[in-house]
Amino acid sequence: MKIKRIHKKRFCDLSDSTVLTMITAAVFVILYVFAMIVFQKGFLKPQTFFNLLNANAALMILSCGMTVVMVAGGIDISVGGVSALVTMCCAVFIDHHGGSFTGAALLALGIGLAFGLVQGFLVAYLEIQPFIITLAGMFFARGMTTIVCEAPFNVQNEDFVRIRETRINVPFLGSVNKNGIFINAYIEIGVIVALLTAAALFFLLKWTRTGRAFYAVGGNRQSALMLGINVKQTVFLSHLICGLLAGIGGFVYFMHVGSGSAANAAGAEMNAIASAIIGGTNLMGGAGNIIGTLLGTLTLALMQNIVSSAGLDQAWWTGITIAVMLCIFLIVQSVLIAAVILHRNPLTYGSMPAEFLYNLTKKSVGASSAQVLCGVALHEKSPPDRVHRQIIVYRIRGQTLFMGSIIYPVFCFFLSS
Amino acid sequence: MMAQDRSKRNFLSFFSGKQFLIPLAALLALVIFNLIADPEFFRVTLGRNSAGDPVLAGNLISILDNGSELAILAIGMTLVTAASGGQDISAGAVIAICGSALLRVLCGSDLTSGQIQSPIIVAFLVCCLVGMLCGAFNGALVAFFRIQPMVATLILFTAGRSIAAWINNNELPMVADSTFASFGGYIKGVPMPTPFFIALICFAAVWALLRFTSLGLYVQSVGISEKTSRLNGLDPRIVKVGVFVIMGLCCAVAALIKVSRLKTINYSIIAKDIEMDAILAVALGGNPLSGGKFRMSSSILGAYVIQFLTTTLYKFDVQSDALSAYKAAAVIILVVLSSPVVREKLMKLLRSLSEPETAGKQV
Repeated sequence: MKIKRIHKKRFCDLSDSTVLTMITAAVFVILYVFAMIVFQKGFLKPQTFFNLLNANAALMILSCGMTVVMVAGGIDISVGGVSALVTMCCAVFIDHHGGSFTGAALLALGIGLAFGLVQGFLVAYLEIQPFIITLAGMFFARGMTTIVCEAPFNVQNEDFVRIRETRINVPFLGSVNKNGIFINAYIEIGVIVALLTAAALFFLLKWTRTGRAFYAVGGNRQSALMLGINVKQTVFLSHLICGLLAGIGGFVYFMHVGSGSAANAAGAEMNAIASAIIGGTNLMGGAGNIIGTLLGTLTLALMQNIVSSAGLDQAWWTGITIAVMLCIFLIVQSVLIAAVILHRNPLTYGSMPAEFLYNLTKKSVGASSAQVLCGVALHEKSPPDRVHRQIIVYRIRGQTLFMGSIIYPVFCFFLSS
Repeated sequence: MMAQDRSKRNFLSFFSGKQFLIPLAALLALVIFNLIADPEFFRVTLGRNSAGDPVLAGNLISILDNGSELAILAIGMTLVTAASGGQDISAGAVIAICGSALLRVLCGSDLTSGQIQSPIIVAFLVCCLVGMLCGAFNGALVAFFRIQPMVATLILFTAGRSIAAWINNNELPMVADSTFASFGGYIKGVPMPTPFFIALICFAAVWALLRFTSLGLYVQSVGISEKTSRLNGLDPRIVKVGVFVIMGLCCAVAALIKVSRLKTINYSIIAKDIEMDAILAVALGGNPLSGGKFRMSSSILGAYVIQFLTTTLYKFDVQSDALSAYKAAAVIILVVLSSPVVREKLMKLLRSLSEPETAGKQV
């Protein structure tokens, strides 16, 4: 019996986002090895991997911000729109008003911070649903982008182009080109920014009081409040950080593409949410980690890369692939959450198997033994559950008498042994 | 709930409801604004369309015409919002899928000739089926996997337009059939645009559904408390899937109108941002976005008010891309005003203004 309990505990641990992260890591490695074997040429070069980073540095930053918000139990779908607004404003600032690079960076931070402040205030202190507010924020940002400047254009400013085209060589890694010359693999500045941001957030979420408060609030608002955590402030802070990161992400995106356009970062919010979910962030809040999110972003990017390498480069395949992946990971997550609820409290709605087993075994071996057998802990003292149980027992009796007669002896055997 | 029951008994009494005042006030504000800016806005003339039939023309008619898809969507969105406490953001994408399927059946293998290859009713039924399937998919994710509605519908939002393009192999079929065109245009001899009548049929259908079945009661009880409805023998999962299927059906009808209007389809642009407008219509109708009680008539009026706003903005030469910024601002103001915290503070303020001495005692 003891062994069974330990086993149960391990299963509960599975629900933690680390397992989802590990699944993602495994998926990433398997996919990459698969790609190496199938499309040998491209994927064997280290540069291909670093290109994944180069192209997705902005998305990584956005996903990290999304992770923070989602851990705290909210969601922010304005990040793509804010990024587009940032690219457009910076482009106009540098090209039409002769602004400097530093000025543009500050402008980007300012825009992100402003969105974070307003959205955070509305969500945290006025208690409006985050989805509605950030949806409005997204449309507002996209609309504003068109108002700032209609036509997309490339930035010609020399200073900016110089900084934008700076390449940082990666030591010891590279490939030999046709002429037999060794070329180092390179990364862009944006990748450094993304990695620094991720490191800072990892530190924040893991080792600071504020970071732990995000998890507490996302996990259970009521308990967090009782623990003396300032819930409103924490929610506000999570949106502020996400807004700020949307600003930084927008600037990194701007450095990558070098143009201002309303079509920039299209669908970035969906990719960011997908990355965070694939990386093991719990939609309901309370679980998630930055490493997983980074892996999620890379997995997503790798999928797109493979899809286009396989010759399915029609635009629609990308959308469908992402959606299918998102769907699979969401369902896996939902099943895992259901499994945990089932183990904590079998009478929660939607955990029919546990109710079924519990009620069957209880009749022969008594309630306490049945609990152990089904690996469940019951909240005997809560009256609503008791009422609820009565109803469910009744329903199960009618429907599954036959099934019960088969499983019954098996459980009796288990108990006696 | 009581108020809802009473309004069901007396069809006229829903005009007296408090909730109805919000969209009505917004409509009034827009009308007054337009009256001051340009009274010509309201002129309705009897002109002739390209086929030479006498038709009514004017901004008001175009609002009734173009607002029909939105109003039909608002029906589904109201039910989804009330039952699940979340919104369906895949409406536009599902319209694209339905429209694509409709054209696929209608044109068969021959995409360019413009001749229809199969009866319109068959194509429309397939279109409805596809819409209901999409709705059932969303509903299943929400009800059985307990994913937040907005995140669950995010999947179709991401993939929908891609799927739509895939159904027709990314080609753009053209339909040049006059019968098919009449769904989005005019029926011969009728001066009002057909979409308006289709919307009216939908309103009648949903009114009958709410009046003669207990759907409204079920939806509200699930939205207010899932657990309580279950204890009363009502399966919330069935109700949730049901409302999403109705939403899919609404999308299919909207797709018919949209495609018939355009006579072709553009996968990335068709019904773009319409989900935002539909959510806005529900919010404007005074329905709580967190689920529970709802008032269908109020949402429908809200949809037309939004179309009014859109037409007004177009009239002032606002770019169609920039439109979303103004609408988003309107949404934010509305949502802030309707948030419980702000409402409570406002009520307190009003009370202290009207009766200073009682308010002082209460504090």
